[in-house]
Amino acid sequence: MQELVNLFVKAIFVDNMIFAYFLGMCSYLAVSKKVSTAVGLGIAVIFVLTITVPVNFLLENYILREGALSWLSPAFVEVDLSFLSFILFIAVIASMVQLVEMTVEKFSPGLYNALGIFLPLIAVNCAILGGSLFMQERNFIGITEATVFGFGSGIGWFLAIVAIAAIREKIQYSNVPAPLKGLGITFIVTGLMGIAFMSFMGIKL
Amino acid sequence: MDVNKNSYTFLFATAMVVVVAASLSFAATNLKPFQDTNVEQEKMQSILSSIQIQVERSEAPEAYGTYIKEAIVLQEGVAVNGQDAFAIDLAKEIRKSDEDRLSPLYIADKDGETYYIIPLQGNGLWGPIWGYVSLKQDINTVYGATFDHKAETPGLGAEINTPVFEEQFKGKRMLDSNLTFVGIDVRKGDASTEYQVDGISGGTITSDGVEAMILDCVKEYVPFLKEHSGKTATAVLISE
Amino acid sequence: MADVLEKKEEAKDLLVDKQPKEPLFSKKNRKLLNDPLNDNNPITVQVLGICSALAITVKLYPALVMSISVLFVMAAGNVIVSLMRNFIPNRIRIIVQLVVVASLVALVDQVLKAFVYDVSKELSVFVGLIITNCIIMGRLEAFALGNTVWKSFLDGIGNAFGYAWILLAVSFFRELLGSGTLFGFQVVPDAWYLANGGFYSNNGFMLLPPMALITVGIIIWVQRARNTKLIEE
Repeated sequence: MQELVNLFVKAIFVDNMIFAYFLGMCSYLAVSKKVSTAVGLGIAVIFVLTITVPVNFLLENYILREGALSWLSPAFVEVDLSFLSFILFIAVIASMVQLVEMTVEKFSPGLYNALGIFLPLIAVNCAILGGSLFMQERNFIGITEATVFGFGSGIGWFLAIVAIAAIREKIQYSNVPAPLKGLGITFIVTGLMGIAFMSFMGIKL
Repeated sequence: MDVNKNSYTFLFATAMVVVVAASLSFAATNLKPFQDTNVEQEKMQSILSSIQIQVERSEAPEAYGTYIKEAIVLQEGVAVNGQDAFAIDLAKEIRKSDEDRLSPLYIADKDGETYYIIPLQGNGLWGPIWGYVSLKQDINTVYGATFDHKAETPGLGAEINTPVFEEQFKGKRMLDSNLTFVGIDVRKGDASTEYQVDGISGGTITSDGVEAMILDCVKEYVPFLKEHSGKTATAVLISE
Repeated sequence: MADVLEKKEEAKDLLVDKQPKEPLFSKKNRKLLNDPLNDNNPITVQVLGICSALAITVKLYPALVMSISVLFVMAAGNVIVSLMRNFIPNRIRIIVQLVVVASLVALVDQVLKAFVYDVSKELSVFVGLIITNCIIMGRLEAFALGNTVWKSFLDGIGNAFGYAWILLAVSFFRELLGSGTLFGFQVVPDAWYLANGGFYSNNGFMLLPPMALITVGIIIWVQRARNTKLIEE
């Protein structure tokens, strides 16, 4: 249990998708002009990451990695399909996003109206594929770890985009040098926020 | 031709999947030998680096042949035949029970001195960590150590493969005065005795992983090494 | 009736003839190559493809390998999609594009692992993340689906270069100031360092992730100060 909490906190603060790995920067920069839209996209990312990381975990451990197919027959112990992992991961992500979109539309029109336009954007959000690739690289022991990691990374991403959106709303009233306006200052502010987040690296858990 | 018909879409998707899968498996099978050579040479390079021999990866096989005199496999502290030490995947062995576990041991000869190289394998914060530690002939003093990791946090846990961390192990000891195996304590910044080294600040879990990995792996070799090196072990200790 | 048909055919022929054959490097085609370098740079103007880029700009060499990989995926992806553009069913076009890109990336990953093993270890997951590099998907969707092969090829090359020069510029400054080296060769004289009685020490801060963002911010600042039509309101 303690390890799970540990993993969760690390995924949010220390290994933050945006500040430590720059993943999902495109939508982070494009959809952070207003807090309300940032919240919508952030929630959608949490949602999709929490679903796709465990699904890809199962895929990785029962189909792709070397010897993973041995549950089918001992003859497959040597089979290594890891060269297919990129394609399968992205296919899972694209179809999961589609599935989530349809489910949400059917059962919760309110949520759909709030998230709907963001869901299609998410298939090509690097943070989502990044979550699955980190899962693959880090060899999580069980599906619980993978889920907690996906959820935590999503929350980290959510925090980052909401924070930058709030800052950008305020910064509009500031006297920023003309060439830095918009994109330039957003990059620099993100850098400064990243420095602030680095102080979490020291936490001992 | 109507490209938006259901049947066409289905056909297109099927054809695409077949073409992609075929071309990727073709590429993967053809490149596999090159990738395997890289991994193999890197392993030789790390083994050599633990006896303080640094070579380029491409020169590793030749140097490996020069220095590594023998590679044996131990099971329950006894050498067994018919196993290729180099091909053993330690990551799989450490999960086995003690009776089944195979432990490769490399014996090196450098400038007339014999060194025992013990491969290590364990877990850090994010994934596997591994390394090699070489012992001098007294099977007690560490001659050199090298570590590597799959996915530790850069700047924190990932520091275990830097010379600063690895150099600390030189001259440390593994056996206490009763010749009992105690391993090396990776501590938080106050290492003082010859059984302790400083851990990585901010990389506590990885540092603990290194300590646990040494305890877990080296213990497999202690009985064999004591016997193999004969009386030298005791002699050296008493004389000091 | 036959007459009319014949005339129609003639007219068609004339139409085809009238269309002047475009030289390979016409002005329009050159624009495809040049624009992404500055006025329409994928990173600093279109704000695409930053995700996988910045984490590997600590050193020049991995950044160069990354740029070449992106160049390959981009050009090949554009060409393949452009070749197939009349055959792709509209409903599954995003998936088709993703699959094309993903298989090219998987190929690059295998090749890197086979021939530049050390760099591939350093790039780790970021090679895979080329798949979701928004520049690639963006150009496939916006350009290759509707243009001829040669144009798409040029567009791919142009955008990949636009991406590459920002990547190399960022890693140039980070490696020079952070490690005092370029492509691994020491460029700051040894005698300058404090340890050797000099006055200089490397700025370790440049090696940390946030400095990549700030460096890009500064590059954008310089670029927009020189090219004032890019300034945002």
